[in-house]
Amino acid sequence: MTVNDLVEKFALQTAAGEKGLDRLVKSGYCGDLLSDVMANAPEGCVWLTIQSHQNIIAVAVLREMACIIITGGHTPDADAIDKAGKEGIPLLLWPGSAYTLAGSIYTAGIK
Amino acid sequence: MTAFKKSFNIKKRDFVRAGEASINVQNILKSLNMDHKLIRRIAICGYESEMNVVMHGGDGILTVEINTGKIILDIEDNGDGIENIELAMQKGYSTATEEHREMGFGAGMGLPNMKANSDILSVESEKGKGTQVHMEFNVSAD
Repeated sequence: MTVNDLVEKFALQTAAGEKGLDRLVKSGYCGDLLSDVMANAPEGCVWLTIQSHQNIIAVAVLREMACIIITGGHTPDADAIDKAGKEGIPLLLWPGSAYTLAGSIYTAGIK
Repeated sequence: MTAFKKSFNIKKRDFVRAGEASINVQNILKSLNMDHKLIRRIAICGYESEMNVVMHGGDGILTVEINTGKIILDIEDNGDGIENIELAMQKGYSTATEEHREMGFGAGMGLPNMKANSDILSVESEKGKGTQVHMEFNVSAD
């Protein structure tokens, strides 16, 4: 499944990083503590978080993630959008809870 | 013999550019076709030390040195310093501010993550004078 498949399947809004939409999604991770995510998020994952500031982009680049989904209706700040575009990390938005979306993505086959 | 050495400036409270030094180091190591797991370990250590400088350190410099058998990361800053290094090494201990915590930092995992992912970690610090962090990563021959 690609990031674009996730966007279409779950009607996610793309805030930035469109050029990375063809990346493969291999697994998932949920977390809002950046050190925990930095230590444990798997490569190629979709990362669900409520953090919406620019530092999430560096974490995603360094962990070689497929994309970030900001959950709970939080909106990314302008610096985050700029950085995601520059690094080609898709920054996606979901209005509901991380729990619900994680369950749906898991059920769709990303384990 | 040092094959390659490069330094990057880190600025106090510059959350906008925070992480860029580590991303640069990661790109250099990737371009050299270094081992993937090794790059990930160095990325974790670089990022954690960079964030420590941004949050506590004042201005600093991150230097990467690539040798035949090992890679070295040195991070020096002129910031607050660490009062009790032993305590700072403990998982969960943090001196982060409320602002840092709201951003998802301050879990007290920075130095423990660095220790877990480096082959050698040494921290020298004096309160009020700054901190020097030295990390080494062994590069296997295969």
